[in-house]
Amino acid sequence: MNARDLTNRARLSHKVGMKRVGTILMATLGCGLAGGCISVSAPDKPIVIELNINIKQEVVYRLAPGAQNTIEENSDIF
Amino acid sequence: MNTAFTRATLAFSAAALALTGLAAPAFAQRDPAYEAARSSGKVGEKPDGYLGVVGGGDASVRKLVDDLNIKRRALYAQKAQAANATLEEYALTAGCLAISRTAPGEKYMTPQGAWETRTSAAPIRDSRCP
Repeated sequence: MNARDLTNRARLSHKVGMKRVGTILMATLGCGLAGGCISVSAPDKPIVIELNINIKQEVVYRLAPGAQNTIEENSDIF
Repeated sequence: MNTAFTRATLAFSAAALALTGLAAPAFAQRDPAYEAARSSGKVGEKPDGYLGVVGGGDASVRKLVDDLNIKRRALYAQKAQAANATLEEYALTAGCLAISRTAPGEKYMTPQGAWETRTSAAPIRDSRCP
């Protein structure tokens, strides 16, 4: 592969890229003219996904039998 | 004859050593000072798996708690690694169980951070406790 090939490829991808941009632009324009767009705005508060609690409960249940043994085997410090 | 005797003696000693080695941890009891601090409510179990000093506490109680917590932390770290869990996860699990096994009259900390005296009723524990 030589430098020209690389250049041509780059040009090709550029062309494809421009086509896509055109499509998006048209879609946006059409949307604006028709007035049937649903506007989505970002919430002011950050979205908090509370996965932490569920994962931990699973982990606690998994660890519990082993931890019970650990406590019994080291009952001098528990 | 002599060799056989020696061999038998050695085997017996080894067996005796193995037995005491195995039996020792099961019989490990709390230090009397620690036991007294627990039953008098100077020391309590916390939901995070460590001991806490209830109220101010004098220097000797604080030292006792620090020493035991260092030992607990080392144990949690070792066991957590073996169980593919984090130190905090393992400690929280142990905390759930340690609070469950407090005797009536001993202190424990609720998830809200308040010290409670254990009664015969079930203790207030973290919602994630088994």
